[in-house]
Amino acid sequence: MTTPVLEISGVSKRFGALLANDGISLTLSRGEIIALLGENGAGKTTLMNILFGHYTPDSGTVMVDGKELPPGSPLAAIRAGVGMVHQHFSLAPNLTVLENVTTGTEPLWRLRAQRSKARIRLMEISRRFGLKVNPEARLGDLSVGEQQRVEILKALYNDARILVLDEPTAVLTQVESEQLFATLKEMAALGLSIIFISHKLDELMSAADRIIVLRGGRHVAERRPAETSKAELAELMVGRTVKRPVREPHTPGSVVLEANSVTVTTGGVDRLKSIDFSLHEGEVLGIIGVSGNGQSTLAGLLSGTVPISSGSLILYGHPVDSGFSVSDAVNAGIGRIPEDRNKEGVIGEMAIWENAILERLSSFSRRGLVDRRAGMALAVRIIEQFDVRGGTPGTRTRLLSGGNMQKLILGRNLVNRPRILLAAQPSRGLDEGAVAAVHERILEARRAGTAVLLISEDLDEVMALADRIQAIAGGRLSPPIPAEEADTRKIGLMMAGSWSGEAEHAV
Amino acid sequence: MRFERREHRPLALVITAPLIAIGAALAISGLLIAIAGAPVLEAYWLILKGAYGSRLSATETLTRATPLMLTGLAAAVAFRARLWNIGAEGQLYVGAITVAAASSLLFGSLHAAIQIPLLLVLGATAGMVFLLVPLWLRLRFAVDEVVTTLLMNFIAVLLVSMLIDTVLKDPTAFGWPQSQAVTNEGTLPKLLSRSRLHAGLLIAIVLAFVVHFIQSRTIFGLQSRAAGLNPVAAGFAGVPLGRTLVIVAAISGGLAGLAGAIEVMGVKGYVTTDLSPGYGYSGIVIAMLANLHPLGVILASLFIATMFVGVDGMSRVLGVPSYIADVTVALSLLTMLVALFFTQYRIRR
Repeated sequence: MTTPVLEISGVSKRFGALLANDGISLTLSRGEIIALLGENGAGKTTLMNILFGHYTPDSGTVMVDGKELPPGSPLAAIRAGVGMVHQHFSLAPNLTVLENVTTGTEPLWRLRAQRSKARIRLMEISRRFGLKVNPEARLGDLSVGEQQRVEILKALYNDARILVLDEPTAVLTQVESEQLFATLKEMAALGLSIIFISHKLDELMSAADRIIVLRGGRHVAERRPAETSKAELAELMVGRTVKRPVREPHTPGSVVLEANSVTVTTGGVDRLKSIDFSLHEGEVLGIIGVSGNGQSTLAGLLSGTVPISSGSLILYGHPVDSGFSVSDAVNAGIGRIPEDRNKEGVIGEMAIWENAILERLSSFSRRGLVDRRAGMALAVRIIEQFDVRGGTPGTRTRLLSGGNMQKLILGRNLVNRPRILLAAQPSRGLDEGAVAAVHERILEARRAGTAVLLISEDLDEVMALADRIQAIAGGRLSPPIPAEEADTRKIGLMMAGSWSGEAEHAV
Repeated sequence: MRFERREHRPLALVITAPLIAIGAALAISGLLIAIAGAPVLEAYWLILKGAYGSRLSATETLTRATPLMLTGLAAAVAFRARLWNIGAEGQLYVGAITVAAASSLLFGSLHAAIQIPLLLVLGATAGMVFLLVPLWLRLRFAVDEVVTTLLMNFIAVLLVSMLIDTVLKDPTAFGWPQSQAVTNEGTLPKLLSRSRLHAGLLIAIVLAFVVHFIQSRTIFGLQSRAAGLNPVAAGFAGVPLGRTLVIVAAISGGLAGLAGAIEVMGVKGYVTTDLSPGYGYSGIVIAMLANLHPLGVILASLFIATMFVGVDGMSRVLGVPSYIADVTVALSLLTMLVALFFTQYRIRR
């Protein structure tokens, strides 16, 4: 091997009491794809931010092409050919693709942007790397996968030779992810070097040349896919053996919730089109689908935040009226896990105990005053029973990690033994250990007789938890199939909107 | 240089932030005083003396602080729930004119024990109604209340200007545009003889504690804070967002209306279009200096009142224009915003 393109040696970074990176070293060769694997908080993002000059390391150096990068200078990193594709894109939705790509590259003193030149250059790069885009499309009109492509193009436009992708597939569908990795492999074959961060074991095994495992800020292992297994990687990442719980057979009870030809129209658009499902006690009904196909509306419908337009929703044998509100849902014993923890689930600036009681304030009211003591007691109970780590009842909720925040939300819903649990994308963005914990809680609720409606885009999750599966596509819901009959291909077709007898409605 | 979000907001920093901000504002205006050719320390000493040097000046400062406390509370309550009420000035004027009209035209010599509470309630109600209009526009049509409340200030002042030149005009005022006066029975009792200090100060202080209690202990307080911090999550948890905002607006507008009512009933007796030297706008500065804390509002309004009352004497002695008080107050808002930023972020190199 020739000299490495990138060499990070002995990088350490401390934030207060937390040692985020502890003497991490790695090398990257030309044309190589390496994956950084680690749980949330393992130090992956910190390391990449040091590489990109966002953070200054306390010690250690970053060398590109044998030359040391000045620490703390993103500009120097860009000039040296480091390009970063962030998890949350840094693009402007109101500009076109071309404008987004050229933003920041135009000299300031020129009156007119050199559009045609830039356009030619962009198309050239797009062709060379097989990243198809329409330069005149407005970014906001593109799908998430296309937006990511633009983000990558932007890095390439800046002559990136080392491309860093921070959890690139977190926002993508299965198909889009596969496309992305195919593109990345082609790009590597053309001489680019790529680092991607992930904690999805499947994609690491298939896409990376080398996998570097970080844990607690340390470089704990390095493996080639051929010489390791998913089980070993999971263990290396978590530091102990993690097993996702498995669903044991269980006879479901009576129907608690039924939807008959339910349609929901908001802003003149049919978000849900005449959907049917029935949910039984003690079962998990999995709703699988690529996000953006009506899941948010379905969750909102059962949460009491979205009103029904036509059809009927029958809860415990009685039709739900059109004014079904959040408090109706809570009072009817529906536990709700929203799809976005930070936006809907908790109020970060409020204390854990305040978030614990927020849904049931009337039960914590003494003549209009907040019963703080009872709220604290509940928070303590949730923290103990649901193993919420990293805070006391008085801690601001923002300081919890994603997994612990999710445990808090699970706790505040499950502590009251709900009859129905609505779980929307319950393990999105969580690390392996937290996913196992969330799954265990959902199965535990199922054992206790709770009817669980699981909305997820994670195929493994649905296959592992659900007794029956329905796919959601374009606002329509497929008929249910038993989990035993489900396989990847069948579900893939269902998610694409084609299911037997209904194929003509496919989107 | 980069800014990094702090994990914890150090309590000591949160408490000292307003002091640091005021110190910085004083330092910067000190430069201006020096440019004006006056000794800086002496200037500040004279401001302090002008504000508290005699019985008269001290009572004047407290009198001046009274409406400021109420408009400061009005802003603090609204801002906490992310209701951007910039209209305290207008609400103050409608509160004031309502009180003057009701006392002079309706109540006359109705006994003070009945008239005063009635007037206070009416003044507060007028302020409430005046804020509920922009709130309704926001809830119904999503119109930004920053714009509407701000513009309604001008509507209020022009309305008052029209009324005191027509139906409410005082015939004994030698043609000056001023309203008929609040009757003796509608006038707030004095706290000290031979001063303008009146019972309104006590009302304002008590209300600060009441607001503090509501915000920190009641279900409504928790809901309004939740609605302000994250409306989506609050709505998801079942907090009635519209209702919460309506109540917040009623409290905020009511407090500002009360400021006008009390100023008329306690100090001026009648309404003119220069009743308020920007009390409503100063309330915004006070709310920020207090970090939106109701008890902090008491102290912040004292600071602002000190500057405004004390500056005149200093100006007479040293010849520094009294506008320096406005400059200092405006600067303190800016420095406070910077200080607040640094309670949440730190500098990293």
